[in-house]
Amino acid sequence: MQRRRADSSRRIGSRQGDILLTLDLNTPAHKGETPITLNGSVAKWNRETLRGPMSALLDVRNLHTEFRTGAGLVRAVDGVSYTVDPGETVAIVGESGSGKSVGAMSILRLIPDPPGRITEGQVLFGGRDLLALSAEEMRAVRGGEIGMVFQEPMTSLNPVLTIGRQITETLQQHRGADRATADRRAVELLSLVGIADPERRLRQYPHQLSGGMRQRIMIAIALTCEPRLIIADEPTTALDVTIQAQILELMADLTRRLNVALIIITHNLGVVARYARRVNVMYAGRLVESGPAAEVYHDPRHPYTMALLRSVPRLDRPRQARLDPVEGQPPDLTRLDGGCAFRPRCRFAVAACAESRPALEPAGAAGHLSACFRRDEIATLRVAA
Amino acid sequence: MTGAATDRPLLEVKGLHMHFPISEGIVMRRQIGEVKAVDGVDFSLKRGETLGLVGESGCGKTTTGRCILQLERPTSGEILYDGVDINGLARQERLALRRRIQVIFQDPYSSLNPRMKVGDIIGEPILVHGLAPDAARRTARVRELLSVCGLDPNFADRYPHEMSGGQRQRVGIARALALEPEFIVCDEAVSALDVSIQAQVINLLEDLREKFGLTYLFIAHDLSVVRHLCQRVAVMYLGRIVELAQCDELFDNPLHPYTRALLAAVPVPDPTVEAGRTFQPVRGEVPSPINPPSGCVFHPRCTLAVESCRQARPELRELRPGHWVACSQVN
Repeated sequence: MQRRRADSSRRIGSRQGDILLTLDLNTPAHKGETPITLNGSVAKWNRETLRGPMSALLDVRNLHTEFRTGAGLVRAVDGVSYTVDPGETVAIVGESGSGKSVGAMSILRLIPDPPGRITEGQVLFGGRDLLALSAEEMRAVRGGEIGMVFQEPMTSLNPVLTIGRQITETLQQHRGADRATADRRAVELLSLVGIADPERRLRQYPHQLSGGMRQRIMIAIALTCEPRLIIADEPTTALDVTIQAQILELMADLTRRLNVALIIITHNLGVVARYARRVNVMYAGRLVESGPAAEVYHDPRHPYTMALLRSVPRLDRPRQARLDPVEGQPPDLTRLDGGCAFRPRCRFAVAACAESRPALEPAGAAGHLSACFRRDEIATLRVAA
Repeated sequence: MTGAATDRPLLEVKGLHMHFPISEGIVMRRQIGEVKAVDGVDFSLKRGETLGLVGESGCGKTTTGRCILQLERPTSGEILYDGVDINGLARQERLALRRRIQVIFQDPYSSLNPRMKVGDIIGEPILVHGLAPDAARRTARVRELLSVCGLDPNFADRYPHEMSGGQRQRVGIARALALEPEFIVCDEAVSALDVSIQAQVINLLEDLREKFGLTYLFIAHDLSVVRHLCQRVAVMYLGRIVELAQCDELFDNPLHPYTRALLAAVPVPDPTVEAGRTFQPVRGEVPSPINPPSGCVFHPRCTLAVESCRQARPELRELRPGHWVACSQVN
């Protein structure tokens, strides 16, 4: 992205030298030729064709997370596989109930059990399977190697602790830093995320700060232990448009400069277009489309992605007479059958769609995958539709 | 459209102020300040027109809507509905007016009573206003309203929790239509909905506008939705309107620095377009409405601000026909 970030770099540029970064990018490569199992069958590609020879920082393989509810078993995440490279920004797009948040929480093993349970799969982070770690080891990963930014900063910050305490706690826990070092580092971090007068802010409580400021604090906490990956779950949904833009620019700038990978979970297609290099589209617990952002937006190969892109009004296009919505209702996850979950709302559904759920397979350009039986012909069907 | 466009506006808001007192002390209660939620707002709305009211949280757009709905009593200013000041009305007249002005709320979860069946939720205003006293006619009307809003009439027997967010919002719309109003305040009516459902509800609102000749005040923060739905748009900032124009004029040719900043902040769902945009977010945050900046309230964040902006509050000026801007630095 060749965009000017004059404002944010000026704001934090003076502090740039103060931050010592010791990021280890030599992630041990895992076995590159392992076929990925998906939907019970061995997929027809390997990592080389999928992503090139680069080794991934995060490799989620065939992840399943279930919830036992009164209404029945909900497969919130139902066989999801994707990778994130070091320093890469990947967006996960989907609607409420599509499993995008549960998927991310599963990576961090933050699924309440009961009712939830990760039943299958691997989450390889730097070569280690996070799902196989002990609770103690996992605690070191959370907030240490993987930082988190949640949607609502007011509920994720502790209201009775000062901002300073919440930042230094992370440092003391994860790094064994003494109080003075932790305090110094906390001041650095607040300057890094563009907070003026950091010494005063450290003594304040969350309720004394605005929503945008609180989200900057969340980002500072996520960055505290120099993580290699940040998972941001709807980081700007609760914020106003101008503040949303500030926070996203800050995150984009910091992740680029500090070479931190970012998984951004959002429903906002504009945010994805502006910030993500790759996009994973989720529907009913599965990835239905995945690929480079430009490919997915300009040559969508799944009817859900196509319909979603068509349904939003756009400021850069002439006004339409009527919007073209995705018809029907989101699926009830307790009542899914063996067919494609999008079938009832799909304009292109055929008989085969009722018989089995299509696997995620290559479509279009390199690295572009779609879980649709008609992924190859859909480009021509799209014009006709 | 059925509503004939006459010269007299359906709604006229003149010099509306809504200041909420801030009190301190338990025994000796005293006022220590006030929140200037709405601080001098003027606009008018023609019959059959949709006016968008946009701005960020705390700009006073919802409070303006609540004053029009008579849910707040303004500190000062006039709200003329069909030529009559609604704040001077007797109780009976107010009740009659409420039939003509209805509201659709943002959150389809908290705005429907979870213990009432959908049929009772929609039927209640009909009962309260005595439009269909006997149960059979009321039931028939509820079923009709449900199908007008694109729902299965049998949903009348369901509870809100049995429905999805989009379906609940349709129930909220059916309830607003129950009294056959002519004017509806849509307060963030599609903001809480998923992307794929949002377009359905927007289309429904447009269909209903045509079918019943409705006039909407569409309060929202999503600029692309406002552009799609509205004929005119007012941009609010810290209790004041900073720009007001025909929809296309406002989006094609925004004049106020705040409007420009808002438009630039909206990412377009197209990676190629986005890669080609130069973008710099507006600095700072919205100041507190308890102690707003002197002069032009936007000056601390404005790139065009000069010394005079700190002193004098710019009035709305008509710089082009129908295009009003409250900024001294644009022409």
